[in-house]
Amino acid sequence: MTDQATQTAQSKHLKKRYRAEKRFKFFGLAAICSAAGILLVLLGGLTQMSIPAFTHHYVTLDIAIPETTIPADQVTDPAAMRKVNWRGMVRKTLRNEFPEVTDRRGKRAIGNLLSGGAGDALRDKVLNDPTIIGSTVAVALPLSDDVDLLLKGLIDRSLPEDNRVISDRELTFIDHLEAAGRIDRRIAWFLFTSGDSREAEMAGLRSAAVGTLLTMLVTLLFSFPLGVMAAIYLEEIAPKNRLTDLIEVNINNLAAVPSIVFGLLGLAVFINFFHLPRSAPLVGGMVLALMTLPTIIIATRAALAAVPPSIREAALGVGASPIQVIFHHVLPLAMPGILTGTIIGLAQAAGETAPLLMIGMMAFIVDTPMWIDDKATVLPAQIYMWANNPERAFQAKTAAGIICLMVFLLLMNALAIYLRKKYEKRW
Amino acid sequence: MKRDGDMTLSTPKIKSSGIIVEYDDKRALHGIDLDIYPNEVTALIGPSGCGKSTFLRCINRMNDVIDNCKVSGRLMIDDTDVYDPEIDVVELRARVGMVFQKPNPFPKSIYDNVAYGPRIHGLTENKDDMDRIVKKSLKRAGLWDEVSERLDDKALGLSGGQQQRLCIARAIAVNPDILLMDEPCSALDPIATSIIEELINELRERFTIVIVTHSMQQAARVSQKTGYFHLGNIIEYGETNDIFTRPKNEQTEAYISGRIG
Repeated sequence: MTDQATQTAQSKHLKKRYRAEKRFKFFGLAAICSAAGILLVLLGGLTQMSIPAFTHHYVTLDIAIPETTIPADQVTDPAAMRKVNWRGMVRKTLRNEFPEVTDRRGKRAIGNLLSGGAGDALRDKVLNDPTIIGSTVAVALPLSDDVDLLLKGLIDRSLPEDNRVISDRELTFIDHLEAAGRIDRRIAWFLFTSGDSREAEMAGLRSAAVGTLLTMLVTLLFSFPLGVMAAIYLEEIAPKNRLTDLIEVNINNLAAVPSIVFGLLGLAVFINFFHLPRSAPLVGGMVLALMTLPTIIIATRAALAAVPPSIREAALGVGASPIQVIFHHVLPLAMPGILTGTIIGLAQAAGETAPLLMIGMMAFIVDTPMWIDDKATVLPAQIYMWANNPERAFQAKTAAGIICLMVFLLLMNALAIYLRKKYEKRW
Repeated sequence: MKRDGDMTLSTPKIKSSGIIVEYDDKRALHGIDLDIYPNEVTALIGPSGCGKSTFLRCINRMNDVIDNCKVSGRLMIDDTDVYDPEIDVVELRARVGMVFQKPNPFPKSIYDNVAYGPRIHGLTENKDDMDRIVKKSLKRAGLWDEVSERLDDKALGLSGGQQQRLCIARAIAVNPDILLMDEPCSALDPIATSIIEELINELRERFTIVIVTHSMQQAARVSQKTGYFHLGNIIEYGETNDIFTRPKNEQTEAYISGRIG
């Protein structure tokens, strides 16, 4: 009788336990699903927003380049090239498509269908192949951002004319060109090959991307050796006393300091005191290196501590000195963890804007920086500046910039995983 | 500690007098007096936490790496005071090799494992010398026939027993006088254990061996002298035969007959 009672109690208890397990599994699954869902919405929204920015509409015109434009042997001379009115040539050619338009306003409206960079497209073509001087060639010219948006269906034709950036008359011109099959949609390579611009259809990420690479290079060169050395000393060599405890606590705190503080420090110390160049990847990289140091030190210490003591004992046992133990055995085994921590730290730094604001890297940079003391900006700063731009075409560009930055960070993380897998040793 | 009259009359290789080990305030060894003789195997036995491993690690100053560990007393190897502040610990550890409880080869090739010691001590001038040392060490450790064809393979690909013999080869490659073994067979199966025990017996001719073991049968099989540790004291020390057949101390007797421990 009592036996049976205990049995029922036991099976009841068991059922309760199963239910608790099921419940917990469900909650876990729900958490993962909602996190994945949010991520999907974010990525999906961004991708959808950015798609228009990856293509652009071009009009193809047959442009006659008169012999008198420029002597073929002078195309490499920038001064001579600059004197040529390429912009006027392309605009005139487009106007010739509409002989019936004779009033000045109409002529200007036709010219404005083209991007401000349309003349550059012709110039580049001549620069590539000077033999075309004196003949008539078909050249694809970028249209202005508003025309592009209209053709992508992002400007509503049915709006009253006053509320529309494209006038009714411009609409007829565009429709005419489209009917003639002169307009086509192409991949917007300029997004990657040109620097920033006030014109949305000419603005690209190149200068910012190179700026980010140069800044990351400086960050890596400063933070990796400093961080790893500091971590080795603290973890392996330093005596455990109050001072080292204090240092450890402060390093952990430093990892949580708002990044703009590092920017202020950079401004006060590197620029105002040491007079290093403003807006340069050198200073930006040093500021971000300060910010990355705690991450690298913490990751390196964790990686060093994870090396099994048996390896240290083995090395000490055959008479290796403490430094030999570290450099021959512990460090090589900890390397995958150190590299992972470093790359994660760098990826974090690559996405940082606030500290760079303080040292002038939130700047309008057209030319690609060539070295670490050139004026430069970085990808997140570029995205922020585009987002502030009132022109509609910049909306898609901002999203495209974010996608590019994320691909950049994803590649860095992939590299971290690859390095870890490659150098991981088991013991 | 009482010394038996019938003990070997040669001079002791290791002479420990009043060795005290403290971790912070806790005393792990309360003054150990022990003479260890050359070309013999000395086994240290006793229940867990009795201080036998701690004592073993005093001999090559492995306790130095533990931050809060303090050693006092006097420990001589031949005429060298091990705890003389002037002594070079690296050189000491080249004279006193150590084999650990768990096989711990470096995650490198078999060759590099053995060659590491001679390399850092600069024992060789060229590759041929090194090859000779590696071969000799592996032969002495009884591993040569098994690995001669695959010296460049990863050491971690070997079986547990082979790994432990590799660790012995690594220790003897720097040509030490003394070999310390801290429960070298506790992670091994009986067959691997018996191979290592045979090896220990052969190595005795060349080295002074101190072995810490949990297995009393092992102590009885491989050692000439046995010391029984209990709660940080050495209770009894003498010829292995005597310890196991007619212990003088009741605690020793209780331990070896399995009543405590």
